[in-house]
Amino acid sequence: MQRDWKFYAQLFLTIVLCLFIVVPIVMSALAGVTVNVFKGLSSGLTLRWIFEVWDLYAPSILLSVIIALTCLAVTLVAGVPLAYVLVRRPGRMTRLFEELLTLPVAIPGLALALALLITYGGVSGYRSSWLFILTGHVLFTLPFMVRSVAAVMAAMNIKMLEEGAASLGAGFWRRFFTVIIPNARPGILAGALMVVTLSIGEFNLTWMLHTPLTKTLPVGLADAYASMRLEIGSAYTLIFFVLIMPLLIAMQALAERGKHRPKRVDTAEDTL
Amino acid sequence: MSSAHPIKGGRSRPSFLSFVFRPANPGVGSPAILALLLTPGMIIVAAFFLIPMAFVAIRVADGPDGLATYFVILTNGRYLASLVQTLVMSAGVTISALVLCGVCGLFLVRNRFAGRNVITAMLTLPLSFPGTVVGFMVIMLAGRQGVIGSITDALFDEKLVFAYNISGLFIGYLYFSIPRVILAVMASAEKLDPQLEEAARSLGAPTWRVVKDVILPGLMPGLISSGAICFATAMGAFGTAFTLATDIDVLPMVIYTEFTRNANVAVAAALSIALGILTWVVLTAVRCLVGNAATPGTGGGA
Repeated sequence: MQRDWKFYAQLFLTIVLCLFIVVPIVMSALAGVTVNVFKGLSSGLTLRWIFEVWDLYAPSILLSVIIALTCLAVTLVAGVPLAYVLVRRPGRMTRLFEELLTLPVAIPGLALALALLITYGGVSGYRSSWLFILTGHVLFTLPFMVRSVAAVMAAMNIKMLEEGAASLGAGFWRRFFTVIIPNARPGILAGALMVVTLSIGEFNLTWMLHTPLTKTLPVGLADAYASMRLEIGSAYTLIFFVLIMPLLIAMQALAERGKHRPKRVDTAEDTL
Repeated sequence: MSSAHPIKGGRSRPSFLSFVFRPANPGVGSPAILALLLTPGMIIVAAFFLIPMAFVAIRVADGPDGLATYFVILTNGRYLASLVQTLVMSAGVTISALVLCGVCGLFLVRNRFAGRNVITAMLTLPLSFPGTVVGFMVIMLAGRQGVIGSITDALFDEKLVFAYNISGLFIGYLYFSIPRVILAVMASAEKLDPQLEEAARSLGAPTWRVVKDVILPGLMPGLISSGAICFATAMGAFGTAFTLATDIDVLPMVIYTEFTRNANVAVAAALSIALGILTWVVLTAVRCLVGNAATPGTGGGA
């Protein structure tokens, strides 16, 4: 009896929270395909705004995708080994470095962007290229990758796994690539999901670092909200949703599969 | 057992790197390999974070008041007021998000019902929304054409509009934080050992004791790290404020205005440093406090 009451109270809260998240998304998506928002849906549906947005902002959308993927590659190469060292060597130096690494998250994007502008703003070839924005994104997303991977590594009794592999004669690199990385996969995938989504949506840094020729998707969005009609802003938001959703779903499915895979491997080895 | 002693006694003199990284754990690669693993991250952090931050610190001293510019956030009434407002709002957002997501996240992990996966997917939908989009969502919710306005208009003949001030910003940051916190809560809730809880119950612990002594300590790491991200975002983000209204007096907006409209680089840099240090101090303090309090709490609870 009491349990049922609690169940429904929690369910109610969850549904309210869910509506809070979903209702504005649905409204904005509808506004993007409505002929006239102020007259409502009765004015009819159209794809006109979508095409207009594509004509206006296609380069900025493509640039965002390129930056996000490059950013992922860089954070994987730099972040996974870093997480390993931080977990395996808990000492004063690594503690200090870990603290240092969380600073780019604690320090607001604005301040980071300001620092990058003051330091490298004069290097014209670099300042005006998309690599300048990539720098900011890597700095901002690297701590997320490291934390996500380190959390999984810390939880998986990495020491025992490694000692087992070492006692069977596996050298360091073999252990790293065939024991540690496969076992840390859930963390790596979660980190990758975080990095790509953060990079595609990053605005605080990017707004300061962009030039008229290196606009990313969120910069274009701010531009559209400020200076275009409501329908165009909504249609652009809709394009953003369409771009990001398959990515999110694919990566979540991947993470889900990673969760189940070790079980299958175990049973296969048992039958052998 | 006795064979452990000769190995310990025969340890060779540590090299410089193994001195830096403390005595070796068995099974870890050599110090040279560890240094190699650290290199890419070290280069990124040094070249694009440490050096630029040093330049910013130097730049502040070029300001109108010289070194006193560092303390402009405390001496100037307007900056101080905006700092207090930003702090209060960020703390409020963090606490609200943790409580709401703690309850819902735990609920979603514990119960299986139709539509559970759909609800989870929906709650994590805005994970990648930039601040600007979140601002637009707040306008859709509480703006002049928003849902809340239309509903209150129909019910009470009065349009409730609160998107374009600090309460809109609060709603926006809550919107932004929910997916992150809920993912963290669910991840740690899945790792909780149900046997611990059963044991506590079988020993006669009431529900609130189970929550306090078994579930909360298990969720703590996730709550702390996601709450920290929540707080840092609310302190430093400006995309949402940028979309809602440019006259919301939160610190990031003040910094932005000083930098772009007034071209006051020194003051903007000083304010950024102050904001950065403050956020970092609060985050570290929370982590130390809860980190130290959580361990004896679990031990002394019995």
